[in-house]
Amino acid sequence: MSIMGTRVVRREDPLFLSRGATYTDDLTDERLTGALHLTLVRSPLAHARITSIDVEEARSAPGVVAVVTGAEIDLAPALLFPGANKGMVRSWLPTDKVRFVGEPVVAVLTEEAYQGQDAADLVEIDYDPLPAVVDLKASASDEVLLFEEVGTNTSNGFGLKDEFDEHLFDDCEVVVTREIVNQRLAAASLETRAASAVWGEDGRLTLWCSTQNAQASRDEVAGWLGVDAAQVHVITPDVGGGFGAKIGADPEFALVSWLAKHTGRAVRWNETRSENMTGMVQGRAQLQTVTIGGSRDGRVTAYRLDVLADAGAYPRLGAVLPMFTRMMAPGVYDIEKVESRARVLVTTTTSTAAYRGAGRPEATAAIERAMDMFAAEIGMDPAEVRRRNLLKAEQFPLVTKGGAPYDSGEYEKALDAVLEASGYADLRAEQKRRRDNGEVVQLGIGVSVFVEITGGGAFSEDASVEVHADGSVTVLTGTSPHGQGHATAWAMLASEHLGIGIDRITVKHGDTDLIPRGAGTMGSRSLQTGGIAVYQAAGELVELAKQRAADLLEANVDDLEVADGSVNVRGTDKGVTLAALAEKERLQVDSNFDSGAPTFPFGAHVAVVEVDVESGKAVVDRIITVDDAGPVLNPLLCEGQRHGGIAQGISQALLEEVVYDADGNPLTATFADYAFPSAAELPSFTLLEMATPTHVNPLGVKGIGEAGTIGATPAVQSAVVDAVSHLGVRHIDMPTSPLRVWEAINAAAASPGESRTDTAGEGTK
Amino acid sequence: MKVQMTVNGADTSADVEPRLLLAHYLRDTLGLKATNVGCDTTSCGACTVLVDGESVKSCTMLAVQADEASVQTMEGLSPDPESLHPVAAAFREEHGLQCGFCTPGMVMATVSLLAENPTPSEREVREGLEGNLCRCTGYHNIVRAVLAASGQDPDAVTGGGHAEEAPSGGVEAAPGFSTGSGA
Repeated sequence: MSIMGTRVVRREDPLFLSRGATYTDDLTDERLTGALHLTLVRSPLAHARITSIDVEEARSAPGVVAVVTGAEIDLAPALLFPGANKGMVRSWLPTDKVRFVGEPVVAVLTEEAYQGQDAADLVEIDYDPLPAVVDLKASASDEVLLFEEVGTNTSNGFGLKDEFDEHLFDDCEVVVTREIVNQRLAAASLETRAASAVWGEDGRLTLWCSTQNAQASRDEVAGWLGVDAAQVHVITPDVGGGFGAKIGADPEFALVSWLAKHTGRAVRWNETRSENMTGMVQGRAQLQTVTIGGSRDGRVTAYRLDVLADAGAYPRLGAVLPMFTRMMAPGVYDIEKVESRARVLVTTTTSTAAYRGAGRPEATAAIERAMDMFAAEIGMDPAEVRRRNLLKAEQFPLVTKGGAPYDSGEYEKALDAVLEASGYADLRAEQKRRRDNGEVVQLGIGVSVFVEITGGGAFSEDASVEVHADGSVTVLTGTSPHGQGHATAWAMLASEHLGIGIDRITVKHGDTDLIPRGAGTMGSRSLQTGGIAVYQAAGELVELAKQRAADLLEANVDDLEVADGSVNVRGTDKGVTLAALAEKERLQVDSNFDSGAPTFPFGAHVAVVEVDVESGKAVVDRIITVDDAGPVLNPLLCEGQRHGGIAQGISQALLEEVVYDADGNPLTATFADYAFPSAAELPSFTLLEMATPTHVNPLGVKGIGEAGTIGATPAVQSAVVDAVSHLGVRHIDMPTSPLRVWEAINAAAASPGESRTDTAGEGTK
Repeated sequence: MKVQMTVNGADTSADVEPRLLLAHYLRDTLGLKATNVGCDTTSCGACTVLVDGESVKSCTMLAVQADEASVQTMEGLSPDPESLHPVAAAFREEHGLQCGFCTPGMVMATVSLLAENPTPSEREVREGLEGNLCRCTGYHNIVRAVLAASGQDPDAVTGGGHAEEAPSGGVEAAPGFSTGSGA
């Protein structure tokens, strides 16, 4: 019987649940024995000139081996994202100017970790403060420049050369426009960033780091250090959460490596949570202006999305994500005229990069809010407006107005499924009852239909499968997990072909000497690229084994079959085990799979919230979701991915926000200030199953890691707005905290027809 | 300062700085790395251990405060990975962990919770674990794991753990590839 599609519990768990996983800071590798501890002195100011750095007192503190400033570092400042404005480079330790709170300025190396904290307190840095630039419109004005020599705060843009069509909405009976904030979020992975480095006598660097992609980290760090990639060996131990923020390397990884070379000692670095909340890349951070137009019978015919995106102080991956936002702008809808553009700006804040969904949730949030506002304007049920504009199943495959090659979709079926399972009509009736009674706790119902892109931009992945003489199997993969369960899932894929139990299959990842090529785990790409590569490699290994067995058994290849780890002549008792074949000659294949295209999973969510109109507090009562990612390899793992995504989506809608004050001071630098939910703030989730295969890979599978986040966020935001829409509220920016909801209710009461955050105006032609 | 304590049943002693946190004593002095430090502000609970049977966030307790105490970490629950403690086994069966960083604290908090309340309701589980943050699982399966560990049927409480087929239509499977929950 096939193992595919079955609920297999994780092989990695017995170790995780007994002695614990091994994260970078847990390493006991002998090469790290006696390693120095790195403590970084970070900027307390968002924007300032450095006038002096005095490290003399720190140098004589107990346990101090070295105190290093940027003046000693012989590495050129780096452009951290190739597509950004070429002048927006980052120094490894700046000596002239700092551009965000948390930027490392001085490195302190000590024998013991606590000594580093003591010595860091003795470093004296004088700053001459400069005005902070936190607001995106302020940045766009270029009144205060982060990089004076560049002459602009614009890092890069998408679609900026094309003027918007001033007649886009001419044919529309109804046009609604509004400014929407897609707030800045912290990945807040439970494991903070960590790296350890040592240079061997052979002149090679071994770098252990917490990353989602060992191979890209190797290449980036080698580039930053100015050495050949072959001189760098990156090892990724267990990784304690990534969520996109651990894609590739961080500048600190290169710094740790350089300091190890500089001191001739191994160096370890493990940041504090506050360093993480100010120094690690953050996500989202878009200011969107959406305009939607159509007819009073519910047909949407024109949509425009204008984005200002916040790159933070030094452009990184965040600078490219608006490209995905533009690509996915029309979402699941068949809209005749769509246009969009995005300007990426620097601000005196932490750099932005990927966070679960990375550019696509921003697109979905915008179009879904637009649909709701359009529905409200024409007085039609928001689910019905959606249905009337969905792309139909028979239209697939197609290339959208955003330029995305959608592979397969059954959007209406997904919408119907969640509406039916939620008892949508009954919910509306209950909502009306509470409104009619003027109850304090009102019901809100939010609907979203979403599509996303998975495996975008990295379609190819390597895998190797080897059967050993003892009958065990080693799988090498270029993707690496941070909770997704590749050790189990990839073993299932190999087992399917080899007929060898998963307990005899070891999956190895995250070691660049062992696996030189790979694109890592991001963008929900792993199964549809890395998994397929493993599946393909195992299939090729079976063919190789059959060729060899045919010679040995003097049989025709076509008469052979593989079952239970043996190649057998069909219908006879003649056969040879794969282990026996491996004993004669190495039985191993390397394979590469290239889908050549991404996939487009989709789904629909209904969120039901209760909002106390006196306090503004919203509580999620239920969430019912379809997240269709094609056939499911392991339902247990798939549902886990959906759960986590849904929770993060709810969390963005209700709670999470990285906040800076006007001077660029981070106000959410600890877990005591940065809110994300505990078990007590969430309900259990209702998951519905749908599986629409894609044609771009042989198993028909799509990605699932980000789906829940993309669908849940607008559904929950919409539900909160819906709960108070009868009071005149049309929109509330995320997070829909009690204060914001309360303010929106009161603002609507004060000026009927206008909602609190109606900054861009709204009107009917 | 000299401290001595029983950790997972074994006597330990060391000369430590007065400011050394219990979490760092366990991790760095004793090499017990399951106990993780995630936040520094007693918010996340990844460092939860039992001190004389009570759950404690070991990043908020000094090693010297645990002098002469009996401390239990996750390593002490299941010395053999092949024979997991019932709470740990339930986390595995219900997929109550992903990256695993919060897991040792979550498991220890669960042991403590079930010692106080052997058959908690879903609400009591959620409130009982509110000091332990997880960023991966959305808690759904953690709650199920705790209920299962307490001998209750998680399906009856959390509205079913398995995805249900969409009511409006059939499920299409790729050739040779089941999408149902089988095996």
